Amino acid sequence: MADVFQSLLTFWIPWEFSFFTVVFYSLAAGLYWRGIRHSRESGRQISLWRQFGFYTGILLCYFVMHTEYDYYAQYMFFMHRIQHLVLHHLGPFLIALSLPFGVLWSGIPGRIRQFLVPYGNASFIRGSYRVLQYPPVAIVLFVGLIFFWLTPEIHFVAMLNQNLYQLMNWSMLLDGLLFWWLIFSPYHPGGVGHIHYGWRILVLVLIMIPQNLLGAYITFSESMLFDVYDVCGRAWPLAPMTDQIVGGIMTWIPPAMMSVVGILILLGRIRSQAVERNDPPGVDGQLVAPGRA
Amino acid sequence: MSLGSLRIVLGLLIGIFITACDQEIDWNSTDISGIMPDLSLALVNTEGAQVTEKDFTGKMNVVFFGYTFCPDICPATLAKLRMAKRQLSPEQQAEINVLFVSVDPDRDTPEHLKRYIGSFGPGFVGLTGTQEQLQSMVRRYRVTYGYGKPDEYGSYEVSHSSAIFVFDPTGNARLLAKDTMPTEALADDLRRVLETS
Repeated sequence: MADVFQSLLTFWIPWEFSFFTVVFYSLAAGLYWRGIRHSRESGRQISLWRQFGFYTGILLCYFVMHTEYDYYAQYMFFMHRIQHLVLHHLGPFLIALSLPFGVLWSGIPGRIRQFLVPYGNASFIRGSYRVLQYPPVAIVLFVGLIFFWLTPEIHFVAMLNQNLYQLMNWSMLLDGLLFWWLIFSPYHPGGVGHIHYGWRILVLVLIMIPQNLLGAYITFSESMLFDVYDVCGRAWPLAPMTDQIVGGIMTWIPPAMMSVVGILILLGRIRSQAVERNDPPGVDGQLVAPGRA
Repeated sequence: MSLGSLRIVLGLLIGIFITACDQEIDWNSTDISGIMPDLSLALVNTEGAQVTEKDFTGKMNVVFFGYTFCPDICPATLAKLRMAKRQLSPEQQAEINVLFVSVDPDRDTPEHLKRYIGSFGPGFVGLTGTQEQLQSMVRRYRVTYGYGKPDEYGSYEVSHSSAIFVFDPTGNARLLAKDTMPTEALADDLRRVLETS
């Protein structure tokens, strides 16, 4: 029993310590916590569902990036695929669904916030954001990154070189946040980077197709596509083909499921918008809390 | 990811290709000069004595991780290294150590390892160590190993790196060769490392 407890604890020790990771996640959690306190003081309630979604999202991402899990992700292909499933899909999905950016913003100390305002409004930043959130660009980036890092030669150097490895994981997380924010941000006509829910559903359908093809290709490939796991050794003796098949399935099925769940949530929002239009005004329908959607 | 980071990725990749081309040698294996750290080890030899990299530098060192109960990859790779070595001149052959590091110290005692590695001829060195010693060495070269569950006879599989690391006589990491490459290509690379160091 003591052994299990100890290994549970030691599992949280980072495989490769990264100062940047610690700062990033502490800032995210700290600012969110301050933001929640701030909104409570000013009489706005952030539902527990939203808080739960946010904290679960960042905890999952932290877990796959900065614990012993990272070791398994480096030395087992299918564990690596699960890591990217969390960093690119599940984690950012939960974070974006919890609509955290207003809360995070209000968690920034007043003076720093004032200092940041001009940057947030700078045309360069707004322009780049608009480009990144332009649906065709967002789709190409989202799918392109998956294909890019799974190109066998690039995958080989990314797994061998620690800096490239870090870049790979952070690029997945940041793109995941951008993408799922495009999908789940509350719709304001004319808002920067806002498209109607119907278009968002189309985006979710479109990203599914190439991901399914790639996942199926890896799953059914009869040759070993990623030999870096043979070169570096696997975390435990698992047949290389089994590793590749499970990894292929992880690239194929769960991401498709995430698209489907996203579509269901958006359909829920479209319906509640339609209901609102028939209802007398005054109902707060702009922010649909996860769980209710 | 932003376009900026995409640029960084492309820049890095181009950088890797440029440094690879810079050497003017078209290696058959992957050039790891400056990417992987120098040879450094603290292990136990087949006499049961503690050794470090100082016992081996001065000659070119070819490092391979495995275990003697290994059914396929290890004996095949060691045999390939023996054949590749034989394609070099006798003087060059004398300048090469093949360090076979067993990551299965429970079964690979120094005596057992001595019998196994002895069959591959001169220049083949068997090494192993405690789990701490082995862990610190594999971590240094970003590889790993792991054990399967023992069967009813107590035998178990060991997963390990299939990479062949080549260090020049001063201990600099030079090449990462794959066990799947042709023997001639491997011999060619070993010869050129000796000639360029």
